[in-house]
Amino acid sequence: MWFALLGTLEQGLVYGLMALGVYITFRILDFPDLTVDGSFPMGAAVAAMGLVSGVNPFLTLVMATLAGAAAGAITGLLHTKLKISGLLSGILTMTALYSINLRIMGGRPNIPLLRVADLFDIVVGWGISKRMAPVLVFVVFCLLGKLALDWFLHSQLGLAMRATGDNEQMLRSLGGNTDTMKLFGLILANAFVGLSGGLVAQYQGFADANLGIGMIVSGLASVIIGEVLLRPQTVVAATLGAVIGSVIYRLVIFVALRVGLAPTDLKLMTAVLVVFALSGGTLQTLWQRIRSPKEDKEAVGSVDNAAR
Amino acid sequence: MLHVDGLVKRFARGGTEKVALAGINLTLKPGEFVTVIGSNGAGKSTLLNAIAGVFAVDAGRIILDNRNITNRPEHWRASSIGRVFQNPATGTAANMTIEENLSLAVSKDVRRGLGRGITARQRKLFREKLRLLDLGLENRLTEKVGLLSGGQRQALTLLMATIIRPKLLLLDEHTAALDPKTAAQILELTAELVRDSKLTTLMITHNLEQALRFGNRTVMMHEGQIILDLSGPKRDVMEVQDLLNHFTRVRGEAFAVDRALLA
Repeated sequence: MWFALLGTLEQGLVYGLMALGVYITFRILDFPDLTVDGSFPMGAAVAAMGLVSGVNPFLTLVMATLAGAAAGAITGLLHTKLKISGLLSGILTMTALYSINLRIMGGRPNIPLLRVADLFDIVVGWGISKRMAPVLVFVVFCLLGKLALDWFLHSQLGLAMRATGDNEQMLRSLGGNTDTMKLFGLILANAFVGLSGGLVAQYQGFADANLGIGMIVSGLASVIIGEVLLRPQTVVAATLGAVIGSVIYRLVIFVALRVGLAPTDLKLMTAVLVVFALSGGTLQTLWQRIRSPKEDKEAVGSVDNAAR
Repeated sequence: MLHVDGLVKRFARGGTEKVALAGINLTLKPGEFVTVIGSNGAGKSTLLNAIAGVFAVDAGRIILDNRNITNRPEHWRASSIGRVFQNPATGTAANMTIEENLSLAVSKDVRRGLGRGITARQRKLFREKLRLLDLGLENRLTEKVGLLSGGQRQALTLLMATIIRPKLLLLDEHTAALDPKTAAQILELTAELVRDSKLTTLMITHNLEQALRFGNRTVMMHEGQIILDLSGPKRDVMEVQDLLNHFTRVRGEAFAVDRALLA
């Protein structure tokens, strides 16, 4: 049980980096970025091929990060330069990446990494126990990622990026190029996603072409769970919320599997979770209307009823 | 300071074409405060948006401070143009704090980089400037702008538009969405800021009385053209009724008085 929970924490943290990326596009830029489903396995594929070719494991993570950034740049250019809608830009990149990822992996849908030295072997070499190595590595990466993002979002550039998602007209009237901000935000977000993919490949011991299916939805679930739990008022709290949300999300999955849910039903569960979280306010009003249809007109009366 | 030369803008509207600006010529001297009046659809907002670069014009030139800005994008022009909009929500970012909004305003003529968004020196400047508004905002720097009232947001927008002295200030009915008392306060604040910094200003208003009382020149627009340009002693003796009469005389039709009449 303890080991299983540790595994859940590990997963929550490593996917937490992906959730930070989703937070950037979804909440900062207000951009529904489906690139994630392609940039995540791309990071995994690049890192895996690097490891297989004997590249330093840390360096493979840099490669994975850059690969994710490149994927984000494609979506950004499709949207800002070719004026394709944001949603479709992401879908196009994601679809194209499926083929590209298979190319990266030499035409094979799966690259096993069981016999190659990875990041954790290096960390174990520093005298850290094999059991604790992953969680420590992920805590460090998550913490650095979160702090770097916090710092960036409070810089002049970061403020301009936040204003882009908040009020485009206002930023343009203050001399900001909203297209550049969106492009840069997509690059940054998918860099996080690519890094997360690279780490996951090393953690799971393989890269797979289908690793990204439903990734954006689980990222959204993490961000939303974090928001529901922390009700963040600041960026610092919101980024913490994304990481914590990711951990809680993996915990929910863990419990769901324990309770007897089939692993194949997880995506359905996640989608339903996100639907409920996103429509929470609307559902609440709807539910109140069904229960007491007269409430709108007789607000005072319903308060009396509630008191009884 | 500003030369608008033969500006033409056409909008396609359901197969037909509407000429919003029909070859406008307008020159503003440094420090001039011009109020712009005219009925709905006269092209007032189109003129301001064309100068700000919201869209490309079909013909004509816009020269600001001896630079041809006709083909420059909106964000490029923003470094020398300050703008306040009719809707108080347009000029500020609701989910960002007061100091973050102000920081975006002071960084408008620098290349935004990875340096700290808000420095201690900036904060001091923000407090000083906000104190002048006399709304108590100087003690609420870290509050989100979404929590402010429409009048407070408009005052903040005005401050943001002028905190880096713009070569040109564009005000597009910026008090129209406010209640009369707040509108009057914002208008006084506007006059104060324009006077103190000697700003070259174009202000659209639907209130003829305001149009004559504020600024030192008034232009009336109709169907994309300027049909009256008043300044100096001639303007000083003008009354609201004279403006309405003039309009009727020039155009031979009744002024759309619905919104034009003063409250």
